[in-house]
Amino acid sequence: MSQKTGGVRAVARKDLTRWQWTWKEMKRNKVGYFMVAPYMILFTIFTVIPVLLSILISFTDFNMLEWPDFVFLDNYINLFLDDDIFLIAVKNTFIFAAIVGPASYLMSFLVAWFINELPPKIRAVVTLIFYAPSISGEVYMIWKTLFSGDSYGWVNATLLRLDIITKEIQFFEDEDYVMPLCIVVALWLSLGTAFLAFIAGLQGVRRELYEAGAVDGVRNRWQELWYITLPEMKPQLMFGAIMSITNSFGFGAVVTNLCGFPSVNYAAHTIMHHLEDYGSSRLEIGYSSTIAVVLFAIMVGANLVVTKLISKVGQ
Amino acid sequence: MAKLRTRRHRVVLSRSVGGDAGITIVLTLLGAFMFLPMLYVIMQSLKPLDELWRFPPRFYVTKPTLKNFKDLFVLMNTSWVPFTRYLFNTLFTSVVGTTGHLFVASMAAYAMAKIPMPGGRAMFKTVRMSLMFHATVTTVTSFVIMSAFRWIDTYLAIIFPALAYTLGLYLMKQFMESNVTDSVLESARMDGASELKTFWVIAMPMVKPAWLTLLIYCFERLWNAGTSIYIHSEQLKSFNYAIQQVMAGGIKRAGAGAAATVVMMVVPITVFVISQSNIIETMGSSGMKD
Repeated sequence: MSQKTGGVRAVARKDLTRWQWTWKEMKRNKVGYFMVAPYMILFTIFTVIPVLLSILISFTDFNMLEWPDFVFLDNYINLFLDDDIFLIAVKNTFIFAAIVGPASYLMSFLVAWFINELPPKIRAVVTLIFYAPSISGEVYMIWKTLFSGDSYGWVNATLLRLDIITKEIQFFEDEDYVMPLCIVVALWLSLGTAFLAFIAGLQGVRRELYEAGAVDGVRNRWQELWYITLPEMKPQLMFGAIMSITNSFGFGAVVTNLCGFPSVNYAAHTIMHHLEDYGSSRLEIGYSSTIAVVLFAIMVGANLVVTKLISKVGQ
Repeated sequence: MAKLRTRRHRVVLSRSVGGDAGITIVLTLLGAFMFLPMLYVIMQSLKPLDELWRFPPRFYVTKPTLKNFKDLFVLMNTSWVPFTRYLFNTLFTSVVGTTGHLFVASMAAYAMAKIPMPGGRAMFKTVRMSLMFHATVTTVTSFVIMSAFRWIDTYLAIIFPALAYTLGLYLMKQFMESNVTDSVLESARMDGASELKTFWVIAMPMVKPAWLTLLIYCFERLWNAGTSIYIHSEQLKSFNYAIQQVMAGGIKRAGAGAAATVVMMVVPITVFVISQSNIIETMGSSGMKD
């Protein structure tokens, strides 16, 4: 980041105390504060304040009817020691995130990279094919039609015709199938904003760098990717990582629409469902806030690990 | 220019045939996985009722018809709030929310990426963290805030939160950081351009692919917004909500439902195609990066 905006700095930094220096910098860059103000004010009202209040509420027994009492860590203790379904949810969330997160990230990047050198017109068509599912709203419900449990479902009908199965499979009501199917649908929906950001980022890598690389002995496209493309794209890679984390840990509504709530024997029950169950259906806001805080902590942790990994790219 | 580029291309970049073939195969397989369900959605919407409930079901439509779309249109006209009103509500909030968010978020992202103000990094970190907090639990507090502003049951309750979506700021900041070069900004400032002008005239064109991406994302999110807890009046509800009501009709409305799915997806895809053609145009002149 540039350290010299505007005029020459009047006083050397070492002559000032830290606070004086900060204050000077603040005054010198005050236009910056005006520029962030509209966003930050709205962001504070609609995100910061509600989130802070939720964290506070997670230490209470707030249920929308009575004035909340402080119960301190009771919610957290109950969650981890007495709530068996929560532990199922944690297990499912981790399985889900461990598969969908990396897979969707890699798929988004690889597809973006593969199509990067196609001629522009063809690239636009291919991009549309890959991106369309994620912007088409509730179009994923087609998977429910395709995998419908009766023989009107196309998959069941086809499998029956080919004599692979003798009886229809209740895909969305069978413990063994709900989780894998939800993972497939999640992957189908996963080439979203991160994918577009990768495409735009790849296009932004300067051509001279590739040429210089070729001179310096880059021999194939994989070396080029590792030594030139990826380091140039770190900001987009970080963005994509956060998107994958939030999407894979926060994947809930789609599962509910496909498998119903609760899913059969909680086979696809994730932390998100647990949270929504208490937050929207049972109105135990205190408890659901606790779940949200725990989910938040897990995601921040995952983010730290991934950020560390990405900073090693190209070394 | 084009000739020069192709010659350079041949000289510089080594591409193995095997690699090209492998990539084509992988792309084709993944493409089929992505595209076939979408194709089925379109097929379903063109099937007459007897084909929709045909046994055993067929992937392809044999006697394509637009009757489902006609049925949908008739059904929507029978609602007591005219469906054009729902359409207007959604279009209005989508367009205003998207434009506003683009401007507000890009301006803030520019300041955070390119103006070395104390606290800028902390603000950005807060925004990035908030992406990981799930909105369900903040519903109650948000509702209280909305009623304090007396925004319940107005368009404002939809538009204002949209202006402050977290994702837009994050995306724009990442691109401002990697695609806007300091030296260009520096010379603009030397020429006496204000920060606001530098942002709008110099930086924004350099990150056109980024804000076109954001435009698609934001529009799609607002367009697909269903019922909101902030809206009670039927006249203010969204198009998506109206479509859901049609689809809730069950078996006898299966045809109209299939058509409704297509109607809902056509608009975001159109927005995407229009902005995508713009992205390609911009890419042609990507030499502007330093």
